[in-house]
Formats: sequence, structure tokens, C-alpha cells
Amino acid sequence: MDLLLQQTVNAFALGGTYALLALGLAVVFSIMGLINFAHGELMTISGYTLMYCGIAGISFVLAVPLAIAVAMIAAVLMERIAFRPVRNSSGATMLVTSFAVSMILQVLFQNFISTRSQSVILPQILSDSINIGGLVIGVNKIAAIVATVVMLVFLDIFMKRQKTGIAMRAAAEDFNVARLMGIRANTVIAGAFALSGMLAGVAAVLWVSQRSSVDPHMGFLPVVKAFIAAILGGLGSLRGAVAGGFLLGFIEIYLAAFLPPEMQEFREPIGLSIVVLVLLFRPNGLIPAASLKSEKV
Amino acid sequence: MTSLLSVQSLAVSYGPIEAVRGIDFDIKEGEIVAFLGANGAGKSSTLNALVGLVPVASGKVAFKGEDITDWPPEMLAPAGMTLSPEGRRVFGALSVAENLRMGAFSIKNKEAIEAAWDRVYGLFPILHERRDQFAGTLSGGQQQMLAVGRALMSSPKLLLLDEPSLGLAPKIIGQVFDLISLLRDQGVTLAVVEQNVAMALEIADRGYVLANGEIVASGPASELAQSDALKSAYLGGE
Repeated sequence: MDLLLQQTVNAFALGGTYALLALGLAVVFSIMGLINFAHGELMTISGYTLMYCGIAGISFVLAVPLAIAVAMIAAVLMERIAFRPVRNSSGATMLVTSFAVSMILQVLFQNFISTRSQSVILPQILSDSINIGGLVIGVNKIAAIVATVVMLVFLDIFMKRQKTGIAMRAAAEDFNVARLMGIRANTVIAGAFALSGMLAGVAAVLWVSQRSSVDPHMGFLPVVKAFIAAILGGLGSLRGAVAGGFLLGFIEIYLAAFLPPEMQEFREPIGLSIVVLVLLFRPNGLIPAASLKSEKV
Repeated sequence: MTSLLSVQSLAVSYGPIEAVRGIDFDIKEGEIVAFLGANGAGKSSTLNALVGLVPVASGKVAFKGEDITDWPPEMLAPAGMTLSPEGRRVFGALSVAENLRMGAFSIKNKEAIEAAWDRVYGLFPILHERRDQFAGTLSGGQQQMLAVGRALMSSPKLLLLDEPSLGLAPKIIGQVFDLISLLRDQGVTLAVVEQNVAMALEIADRGYVLANGEIVASGPASELAQSDALKSAYLGGE
């Protein structure tokens, strides 16, 4: 029972990070149909910001907002430089562009920073753990869950109460009609990238706090997972991205914890089989996007 | 009366396909102008080109004397011209109130937004009743009201309506046409693309008949109703 609770906390922590990353992908995809594989490099940029802040002796409390801000700026620049010229192209063109951006950034990290993994100085408290009713929980896990909840609440309020947020939802559903209302395409898309950069930044802080290191390929694996989570939830659907992120987190953690040792080797394929199984029954994902629904009617 | 919108040799192409082949027309202040013709005649392409949703291949569009030919869609609502698109296209996952809020996106003045709310809720009390409901859950007729209401939120001088009666019950269609007349009385100039020819000509001042991307007949609505060009435009004769 304790093990189950313990692993459930872990699943929430990991699932929350996936959810934030999947949300970042979904926000951009819902508006411009781009699956941004360079999203992972935004994480890496955040990670390096944390590393340099540690070296420069800047306190972690300041380093975190700085790392998030740098990811936001990088995301907006990425859109301006790489994605705006291909904005009206096919999905495949944009996808390949995002791969190119991703690879160029990885090479830049390798050449200008290091090919090897660099350690990030984290405050001691993150590696502590606290005891709640016999349950030993790492502070970093609690921080991950709290940060996820705060981000989800912030995003919900932003999307429901803020004029820009409502405009982003409108643009996600019908971009052309949104433009007819006077909603500027550039503003909405730049806003979506800023938001996705922010989510990548927060996810990066959480990711790095579990590992205390950063390397040029750090963002690749989590963004692939986030992509799976976004598909699982329903590509382009924000609620779906959250649901998919948590579900994937739960699948991975529970399989790692409860699969018999001789089966552990097959953990990943079993996890992905569950994903495929879910998609067999819900081909549009757990919570399909509104634009998909309206096209069908 | 002065021309609010004047269009000279407008052409629209989709790749090698010419949808609109150099048409001229104008819309004067306070008019209701109907655009008629069979499917694929180029009516919707014309409206979409006016608002910048499809590129203008050649020609010139002037609104209030200003050349707007290559303006992007987002600049037209603030300038006083907007389109209520074919198929209503309300934002189904947004509430009714949020849809209307988006209609007023380009208005910065709070009081002007309040006045727009009052006007639209005055015209469509049902929208006020359902303001917190998702637009996707409204009936077809209510969605059409929302689409028109959303367009009205920007207080347009010129409102373009693309097939406002499409897919609606006959009783509701009557309400839509009453609404169009009412809007004209409130000082809105309207261009209406319609497949319901009889009712469109009843409320319109003038009409243009399109076939194969060209204007084949034009004139006062009462004259057009009698014309052979209109019949052949629908029946596909020469």
C-alpha cells in the first residue's frame, strides 16, 4: 500500500512534467498546426541557464525565473526566425523545419558549451525528503507537483479570463475567422510560442532538479514523451495534453514499479502498447480538440 | 449616394483555376446588395477576397475611398468592414459571451464595447439568455444569430453575409431576412450572398448575378427577379 502511494506521488510528479511539455506542444500545434520538435531544445536552453547561474553564483530563487524567461525569449525568437517564413506551408514542411532547428541548436550546444553532461548546482533542499505519515517524499517531487498545479491553474485563468487567452482559443478553433475579428495572426502566434516557452522552461527546471545535470540532448527524450502524451490526449487539445501527460506518467511509473523484474526489459514496449491500445479505442485521443470536432460536423 | 465599396476588375484564382474573372461592382452607403448565382459561380470567393481571406489575383478594392486590396483580414474589422462567413463558423468551444467578446476584439474603448453588447443582446435576447453556454451547443438558427451578432460587435459600416440562411428551418429563414432589413434601418450597409433567390431579391435594393466567375446581370432587385439571365445562371444555360 505504501509502495503504491509512493509510486502514485512519483507518477504525479513525472506526469505533471509531461503534461506541461505536452501543453507547450499543444498550444503551438492548436494554433498553427506545427509540431515543434525543437521544444526540447527550449528545455535544454533553460537547463544551461540554470547551470550558468549556478557557476555565476546567482541564487536558485533568481535562476529559476531567469531560466523560464530565457526559454520564453528563445521560443519567440525561434518563431520569428525559423517558423514565420514557413507559416503557411504544409504540416510536413513545418515539421522538418522544427527538426532542423532542433539539430542546429544541439550542434551549437555541443560546439559552444560542451558535448558532455554538465552538472547543475542545485540547492540542498531539493535533494532532501520529508516524511508524511510514513511516506517518504522527495522535496523535488513535491516541487514538481506544486509547480504543475500552479502552472495549470495559471493557464486555465489565462485562457478563460484574459482577452489574449480567449483569442488564442478562438484562433485554435478557426484561425481565419479569428483574423476576421481583428485578432492579429502575428500576436496570437508569438503569444502561443511565448506560452510554450514558459511551459518548457518550467518543465526544464523540474527535469533538471531530478537529475542535476544538463547535456546537449537533454530535451530530446522528454519532448518525444510529450509528443506521445499529446497524441494520447488528442493532438491540439489543451485538456487532452494534460490528461495524456498524466496518463503517460502513470503508465511509466507503475510499470517500472510493479512489473516483475524479468519483465522490466520490456517496460517501454509494454507502455507504448498501452498507448496504442488507448488510441485503438479513441483514435482522436482522450479529449479531442474542438477544431477536429467542428470539421466532422 | 457615394460608394462605400468599389471593386474594379477583381480576379481570384486557386492555382490554375480562375474562380473570379475580373468583375466590377460597387456598394453604396445604406444599400442591401444581393450576390446571386449557382454553386461555384464565385460569390463566396468574391467576399473572401474582399476581406483578404483569399488573395486577390488582380484588380482593385477600395473601401471608403481607401485602397484595401492587399490588406490582411485582421485590419478590416477595425476599419469598419467585416464578414460573417459561410457555415456560421462560430467558435464552438467558446461560450456565447466569449464569441461576442472576440467580435469586439479590435475595440479598445470600454464604453463602446458595452454599447455593442447592449445592441447585440437587444437584437437577440436568446443570446443573452445563453451567454454562458458553449456556442457549439446552440441550434443552427441561434448559431446564425451568434455569427451575425459577433460580426456586429465590431460596429461595422459594411457587413458581408455569406449564405446566412443556409441550413436553417424555413421559419428561422424569415427571421434572418427580417434581421437584415432591420440592420439596414440601423444604418448598416449589407452585401448578402444567398441561394434563397426569392427572399434575397425581396429585401435587396440591387443585385448582381454571377456565373462562372463573371457578372452576367445586374440591376435593381425588382428587375432582376424578372430577368432571364438569373434563370439561366442557376440552370446552367448560356
